[in-house]
Amino acid sequence: MNLDNISRRRVLQGTAALTLGTALPLRRAFAKDTTIGFIYVGSRDDYGYNQAHAAGAAALKSMPGIKVVEEEKVPETDAVEKTMESMINLDGATLLFPTSFGYYNPHMIKMALKYPALRFEHCGGLWTDKDPKNAGSYFGYIDEAQHVSGIVAGHMTKSGKLGFVAAKPIPQVLRNINAFALGARLANPKATLQVIFTGDWSMPVKEAESTNSLIDQGVDVVTCHVDGPKTVVENAARRGAMVCGYHVNQAVLAPQAYLTGAEWNWEVLYPRFAKMFTTGETIPNFYRGGLKEAIVKVSPYGKMVGEAARKQADEVKAELTAGTYVIFKGPIADNKGKTVIAAGVARGQTDPELEKMDYLVDGVIGATS
Amino acid sequence: MKADVGAPVAPSGVSRLLGLPAFGRKIGGVAEYIVIPALALAASLVLFGIFVALFGKNPLDLYFYMYQGAFGTWFSWQNTLTRAAPLILTALCTALPAQLGMVIIGGEGALLIGALAATGAALALQAAPPLFVDVAMACAGMIGGGLWIMLSGALRQYRGVNETISSLLLVYIALAILNYLVEGPMRDPTSLNKPSTREIGAANMIGTIPGTDVHWGLVFGVIAAVLSYILIYHTVFGFAARVAGGNIRAAKVVGLSVGKLILVTCFLAGAAAGLAGMMEVAAVQGRTNANLAAGYGFAGILVAFLARQNPLAVIPVAILLGGIGASGGLLQRRLGLPDASVLVLEGTIFVIVLASDSLYGRIGFLKEKAS
Repeated sequence: MNLDNISRRRVLQGTAALTLGTALPLRRAFAKDTTIGFIYVGSRDDYGYNQAHAAGAAALKSMPGIKVVEEEKVPETDAVEKTMESMINLDGATLLFPTSFGYYNPHMIKMALKYPALRFEHCGGLWTDKDPKNAGSYFGYIDEAQHVSGIVAGHMTKSGKLGFVAAKPIPQVLRNINAFALGARLANPKATLQVIFTGDWSMPVKEAESTNSLIDQGVDVVTCHVDGPKTVVENAARRGAMVCGYHVNQAVLAPQAYLTGAEWNWEVLYPRFAKMFTTGETIPNFYRGGLKEAIVKVSPYGKMVGEAARKQADEVKAELTAGTYVIFKGPIADNKGKTVIAAGVARGQTDPELEKMDYLVDGVIGATS
Repeated sequence: MKADVGAPVAPSGVSRLLGLPAFGRKIGGVAEYIVIPALALAASLVLFGIFVALFGKNPLDLYFYMYQGAFGTWFSWQNTLTRAAPLILTALCTALPAQLGMVIIGGEGALLIGALAATGAALALQAAPPLFVDVAMACAGMIGGGLWIMLSGALRQYRGVNETISSLLLVYIALAILNYLVEGPMRDPTSLNKPSTREIGAANMIGTIPGTDVHWGLVFGVIAAVLSYILIYHTVFGFAARVAGGNIRAAKVVGLSVGKLILVTCFLAGAAAGLAGMMEVAAVQGRTNANLAAGYGFAGILVAFLARQNPLAVIPVAILLGGIGASGGLLQRRLGLPDASVLVLEGTIFVIVLASDSLYGRIGFLKEKAS
C-alpha cells in the first residue's frame, strides 16, 4: 500500500504556511487528485465487515486521479471525528467513508455540518431529509443473498438442523436470520434454524462457544452475522459441519466446508460513487440496493453443493436479480404462532416495515429478548 | 533509602510507585523525576524506531509524522487534547487508590455507570434549565462512578476481596448493566439498529472550550488532577492515605481509620471516572449506548502507571498518550503501519518506564542531597 505520495517537504511547506498565519488549507497544496478517506471500526483483514469495505476501497486505488487514505480500528467516539478532520486537514480528503454504524450520529453529522463543502457517505442507511445535504447513507439488501444461502443450506443439511450465530437482536440482524430461515424452508419445509445471540459484534470466544454448542445439538450447517465470521467458519469446519459465510467470501478459511455465503459488493459501489463524485454528479443521499443493483452478491457454490440445491438457488437468485421476487410475502407467522405478515401482503425490499423487524419467523428456535 | 525521605514509612519500591515524595521539595529529586522518565521515553522511541525500520520504513519519517500528527499543527494539538481529556479523569481512578497501595483497574466500569447515571438524570430533568441539568448530570455521574469503585474498596475492606480483581470484574458487570438498560428499559424505541437511550437534548449539551473544538472535559480533568494533588500531598487526609499505603499496620497503630480512608479514596477515584463518563455523554455522544465502552478506562490505567501515580504528572502523560493516539492515524495513512503499531509503542513505553524505576537514586548528578 503506498499512501506516501505526499512528500515530507510538501507537508512541511504546508505547515510552515499554516504557522505563518496565512490560514492556507493544507489540501490546497495537493488538490489535483481527489483524496478519499475510509475509516474502519475493526481491522482491515478481519475476513468480515471491515475487510469487505477495505476491498471496496482497494478497488478505487486503480482509478486514475484518486488517492485513498485508510485508518482502521477507530472507535465510535469523538476519535472518529478527529480521524475525519485529520484526513481532511492533513491529507486533503474531500470524500469520506466512515463505514461503521455508530459513526453516523452524532459524529459524521457533526463533521458534515462543519465542512459543508465536503462529502460524507455512511454505510448503514440512516439519512433522512433533516440531515445535512452533503451527507448520505447507503446500504445493501444483503438478506437477498442470505435467502439464497438459506436455500443451499436447506438442501445440504442432513439433520434438518441449521445454526445461526448472531450479534444482537436488532432489525438488520433479525432480517438476515429470517431471510435465511425462509430460504432454508423453501428447500426443506421441516428444517429448523437455531439462533444464538452473542450480545456484541466482536466476541470471538462466545462465537466459538456458540458454534460448538450448536454443533453439539446436531446442527450441521452454521452461518452467522457478526463482524468477523472467521471464528465461526473455522470452528464449524473443524467440527465437520458445513458453513455459509457472511460479509466476504470465507471459502479460503474452510474450502471443504464452505457451501456459499452472503457477501457485500462494495468493489462495485465505491467506484460508482467515486465516479459520480469526480464528474460532479450528485451522489443520492439515500442509496440502497440488493442483488439487482449488484451491491450484494452470493459466494460461488462450493463443489459439494448438489445439483438440486444449485438449481433452486440459481432460480431464486435470477428472480431477485430481475427484481421480481419478494422474500417477505404473507402469510408469515413468527415462532410464537402470531401472524406478522398477513396473507396477501407482500413486503418488498423498500418496505419501511421491514426496517422495524422485531420477530423471528416460524422455524427459528430462539428469542429476540 | 535516600529516595524515601519524602515518604518516611514507605519501603523504597512502593514509594516510587506511589509518586513524588513531596513534589518540589528537593531540587535534585525533582530533576530525577523529570530526567529519568524523559530518558525512558526517548529510549522507547528509539526502540520503536528500530522496530519500524525492521518493517522497511524510515524511522525519521516515523518521528516526523508522529510529531506532525500529535503536535505539528493547531489542528493536531486539538486532536491530541481531545483524546487526552477523558484519560486524565480515568487515570485518577487508578492513581488515587494507588496512594493507599491499592491497584484499581476498573475505571472503565465507573465510566460506564457514571455515563448511565448522568443520562438518567438528564432524561429525568428534561424540563429543567440546561445549567441545572448539567450540574445534576455531573453529580449523578460522579456519585454513580464513585459508588461503583467504592464497592471494590468495601469488598476489599470488609470481605478481603482483592480490589484489582473485583474492580476488573465489575467492568464486565457494568457493561452488562449498560447493555441491559440500553437494549431494554432505557431504550429509545426509534434507535432500531443501534440500541441507545433517548438523547439528552441539544440544549443540555456542554459545548467546547471557546476558540477550540476541545470539550470542557479537559478543563475538568485538569482541575480534578490539581485538586487530587493538593488532597494527596497537602492535606492531613492525603498524608494519612499515604501512611496507610506505606504500611497499613503502622497506620492502624497510630490510630488512622483505614477503612474510611479506603472508602473515601475509592469514592473519589470512581467519581473522577464517572465524571469522564458524564462528559462523554454531555459533550460527545449526547446519549448512552455501547459506543461509550471505548476503552478510556483501560487507557487510564496506563496513564496512571506512567505518571507514577502522581495526580499532577497524569496531565502531561495523558497529553502524551493523546498525542500518540492522534498520530497513530497518520502512521497508518502515511507509512501503512497497522493500528497495532501504536499499541507496540505504548507497550514499549510502559515497560521501559517501569524498568527505569531501578535508576532512581543511582544517577550521580541527579542524586538527592542527603538531608
